[in-house]
Amino acid sequence: MSKLPIAEADVQAYIDGALPAAWRSEVEDYLAAQPEEAERVRAYLEQKQALRALFNPVLDEVLPAHLSALASPPSTAATDRPHRPVLARWSLQRIAAGIVVAIVSGFAGWVAHDRYPQAESLARTSPLSLPRQAAVAHVVYSPDVRRPVEVGAEQEDQLVAWLSKRIGTPVRPPKLGALGYELIGGRLLPGNSGPVAQFMYHDATGQRLTLYVSTENTTNQDTAFRFAQEGPVNVFYWIDGKFGYALSAGIDKGKLARVATAVYDQIEHK
Amino acid sequence: MESSAILAEIPRLRRYARAMLGDRAAADDLVQDTLERAWSRLHQWRAGSDMRAWLFGIMHNLRIDQLRRPRLPTHSIEDDFDMPTRATQTDGLELMELETALNHLPDEQREVLLLVALEELSYADIAATLGIPIGTVMSRLSRGRERLRLIMNGEHASARLRVVR
Repeated sequence: MSKLPIAEADVQAYIDGALPAAWRSEVEDYLAAQPEEAERVRAYLEQKQALRALFNPVLDEVLPAHLSALASPPSTAATDRPHRPVLARWSLQRIAAGIVVAIVSGFAGWVAHDRYPQAESLARTSPLSLPRQAAVAHVVYSPDVRRPVEVGAEQEDQLVAWLSKRIGTPVRPPKLGALGYELIGGRLLPGNSGPVAQFMYHDATGQRLTLYVSTENTTNQDTAFRFAQEGPVNVFYWIDGKFGYALSAGIDKGKLARVATAVYDQIEHK
Repeated sequence: MESSAILAEIPRLRRYARAMLGDRAAADDLVQDTLERAWSRLHQWRAGSDMRAWLFGIMHNLRIDQLRRPRLPTHSIEDDFDMPTRATQTDGLELMELETALNHLPDEQREVLLLVALEELSYADIAATLGIPIGTVMSRLSRGRERLRLIMNGEHASARLRVVR
């Protein structure tokens, strides 16, 4: 047991076809005599195949224009893509998201009477990130018993017309009845640089969730679904062009994900 | 000449970045940064040498820089839930599990594993690309493969990583 005739590196090289023919047959003899090792090698080969099956489709994707433009020197390519300094690009989704955890004294924290674990940092002068803005709006308005919204669902047409006009683009609350959530109404809110919309829903138990719709994204950077936790509020959010969407509620991540999926479906695949 | 050589590598850079980072937007960011840096340092590339290995080296270094940035509280939840963005993917549950398992590997092991599996770079090229000895490439490969196997078997690799000799 203690002395193996074949080194581990040879086994790896065998899997990757990197062995000279003579060694190869030695490894094969060794594997023939060692079923457990043969099984391990088989698993590694399968693993390699599966990794290719998983990621090879990326090779066939159409290149995003800003990347194919970079097949030419950036002096010419630069005109074809947005001027986004590296730091600025990192900042919106990454640094700003980092700030979310770093802020201690945010309004949401105060309203929610919740303690944030991280120390205070540079965040004060930065605009709030999308999930944080949404969470703040959620904790401010959703507990309001008498006036949770400005315009109620019974006037949905007016609500839609009004918010669309103020935001400058058509917005419509998704229908979440199938998931047990009914529209309460909506309101207009100040964002970082202009108006944003908030729609509020509740279920039969009175649990409320809010959908925050911003048109302030300027980074030209779409994101996949992301999740953030802001104290007691869970937030799913994504960015699509200038639109930022964030769904907030105090319900668990799995349940909220199902609602977020439905919202995403209605908004993105209408 | 360089243009067509670089263009030809972009899909591979994207595939590798996607596999490393899991997130499409973050991966394309990394590719973009890589290409920008490559153009700014084209004079460092020796004509006739392997363009692919050179580009992957740049990407590796950028990634190292990235990891030094502050950690983020958000992550793509594609790993946790079947999100609509993946709805067209019919590769099946096992591949989803593989992607999740892959994310549980330490970066250094995932990197080597992917360079071997996807890029089919030689061990020597990987050592040069990552700036590590070839023996380290081999041990990371061996540990990464074993760990991935254990995770896929539902065993807790972290608790029972053994020295494979």
